[in-house]
Amino acid sequence: MGLPTAKLRTFSTSLLLATCLATTSPALANKAFVSNERGNTVTVVDTETWEALAEFEAGNRPRGIGVSPDGKHLYVCASDDDSIKVFDTTTYEFLWSLPSGPDPELFVLSPDGHTLYVSNEDDNLVTVVDTLKKTIIAEVPVGVEPEGMAVSPDQKYVINTSETTNMAHFIRTDTYKIEHNILVDQRPRYARYTNDGQTLFVSSEIGGTVSVINAGGETGPVLEGKISFEVPGVQAEWLQPVGMRITSDNQWLFVALGPANRVAVINIPNREVEKYILVGQRVWQLEFTPDEKYLLTTNGNSNDITVIDVAAQEAIKSIQVGQQPWGVVVTPD
Amino acid sequence: MKSGAGCACEVLKSLLLVLASLFLLANGSLTVQAADVQTGILRVDYTTIAPISRYDRFFDDLGFAGGTLGNEDNLTTGAFLGHQYSLKTQSTTPDGAVEAGRAMVQEGIRFLVVLARAEDLLKIVDAVGPDTLVFNAAAPDNDLRQTACRANLIHIAPSRAMLADAIAQYLVWKKWTRWFLIEGSNPDDQKLAEAYRRAAQKFGARIVEERVYEDTGGSRRADSGHVLVQRQMPIFTQNAAEHDVVIAADESDVFALYLPYHTWDARPVAGSAGLQPLTFHAAHEAWGATQFQRRFEKLSGRPIRAEDYNAWLAVRVIGEGVTRTGTADAKTVEAYILSDAFELAAFKGQKVTFRSWNGQLRQPILLTDNKITIAVSPQEGFLHHRSPLDSMGLDEPESGCTAFTK
Repeated sequence: MGLPTAKLRTFSTSLLLATCLATTSPALANKAFVSNERGNTVTVVDTETWEALAEFEAGNRPRGIGVSPDGKHLYVCASDDDSIKVFDTTTYEFLWSLPSGPDPELFVLSPDGHTLYVSNEDDNLVTVVDTLKKTIIAEVPVGVEPEGMAVSPDQKYVINTSETTNMAHFIRTDTYKIEHNILVDQRPRYARYTNDGQTLFVSSEIGGTVSVINAGGETGPVLEGKISFEVPGVQAEWLQPVGMRITSDNQWLFVALGPANRVAVINIPNREVEKYILVGQRVWQLEFTPDEKYLLTTNGNSNDITVIDVAAQEAIKSIQVGQQPWGVVVTPD
Repeated sequence: MKSGAGCACEVLKSLLLVLASLFLLANGSLTVQAADVQTGILRVDYTTIAPISRYDRFFDDLGFAGGTLGNEDNLTTGAFLGHQYSLKTQSTTPDGAVEAGRAMVQEGIRFLVVLARAEDLLKIVDAVGPDTLVFNAAAPDNDLRQTACRANLIHIAPSRAMLADAIAQYLVWKKWTRWFLIEGSNPDDQKLAEAYRRAAQKFGARIVEERVYEDTGGSRRADSGHVLVQRQMPIFTQNAAEHDVVIAADESDVFALYLPYHTWDARPVAGSAGLQPLTFHAAHEAWGATQFQRRFEKLSGRPIRAEDYNAWLAVRVIGEGVTRTGTADAKTVEAYILSDAFELAAFKGQKVTFRSWNGQLRQPILLTDNKITIAVSPQEGFLHHRSPLDSMGLDEPESGCTAFTK
């Protein structure tokens, strides 16, 4: 597969531009890494110049993507290789593979970067991986077709959503036992906590809703309500919530709406959609830049990413990446 | 409404029960309620000669394997809710069908998935009585959704009208609107041909030529049989009026597969060969279906068939009904699945729901050349005030079914 010597496809002009900017600006530019599901590559984008810097091979069918807290290691779910591949974020060199269980799609890293929680769709399991020892610590049986993953800010729980069982499973991180289950709408795809740990949002792709779960209920988590979407001229069937991001002030929830080609902006205190931002086609996953000035969206069917100005809640730019971009991550400052 | 008189009001009563259960579940907390769900799959096997293609040969676990996967899915979900599921699969001759259905109900089964022809399906439905909810996973007859409908009969399998409409929309979108219709001589072929005539009229296509291919019996395959086919089919299709596409209406599997590449004129074939409308096929991968295919293949050791998907979907509909209402009561589950609250993900890119007027599942139809998914209907631009899915099949205003509305 030629992975150990990661093939570099550099864009010399943009690299030059990036270098020039780097010398004039004291702030270090961050890098956005985009997994291209069909292209079997990862595209690197400079978050200051918004130029593509490189594209390198990343295994077969790369989807879920993440970066270690120190910004050094890039983790990519190579779904068809049944492993998670680790790359150097500077040289883009392939370093090693982590065991992941079969068909890994999405994972979440513990805040210290030592533990990786992976959903294995085929086997109804969440696999817990030690990133230092490169071993599997535990396998937790969950509902049918596990997908979305989230870690609570206090690290007590890891959340898994199962797409056919339609539940959010609350797994204790100390015992790896499921403590609570919350039934949500059809095909829950993604889960995200507010950073105070009080609220958990779960997006249901086919149900077309985002479930709002009070994670701080006295007797456990409680489903508070559901947020639905409506865009004039867009068939209700195509309003399919997938990836989500929440601003660190817990005011705004951004939701990618898949084939509706829009990102919904939800006012969290009001639980209401305030705006729909038109982006590329089949918008899938989202990520902020570390300063939260920008939100990046992967657009699977237009092979690009859109840059959203978070404060203005407007799309400002789109950048061509590889074939069928799926996930995106930005290196920390 | 023939059998099951008085069912409709009981359905209404059950709807109230559903609302009560929904209220209980409204805060999302999963109160563990014991539910013991017994489902049966009854398949009526007919003596038929071997199919034209070895790819279509019969599997002993046809339909059962799909249902078993659905039951496993339900068991996994049920484990979190304290719901127990069991599945009994049984095949029978047509003569033993009624007795087999009755026996399953006597064992306590209240959800019965049936793979049978229309006449046997109706006999089974009427024999098991109104307290058992029956799911039709095979019979495409429009009549079953119209005048012969039953208040306790739910249709997972699409009607011939839905299947023909799915093909028609695609051909009209392609602007292939001049059709050369070739139908078989058996009653089911004629019913299918009628569905294509209806679809042509509905979507603005024209049938410019019609021919009947007589079923003269005999084996469908012979060593070097292709030599004869290569001589016969061009002549059979010679001198047809100018057409864009050949439509084959051959449910009996007598001639349609011989048409592609053998037609006199260089024209594509659709319907029972060429571009075929199916609920599912073994190469479909979109909308997360890959993982479903893999789970099925791991369980059964073979590629999936539409019958398996239909059975899986029936069992999942039952599971979803039980999960959301917290009861194994067939009436309550039926009221729920026919209500607006019901929705289910089925690897088709949008939720599947039911038509309240005839118990038919709304679902996208895959158009396949039996290698890949060529297109999925409804096609873009075919709109409907309720759901684009209702642009295919038997719509409410034309419904001849009264069992659900009384």
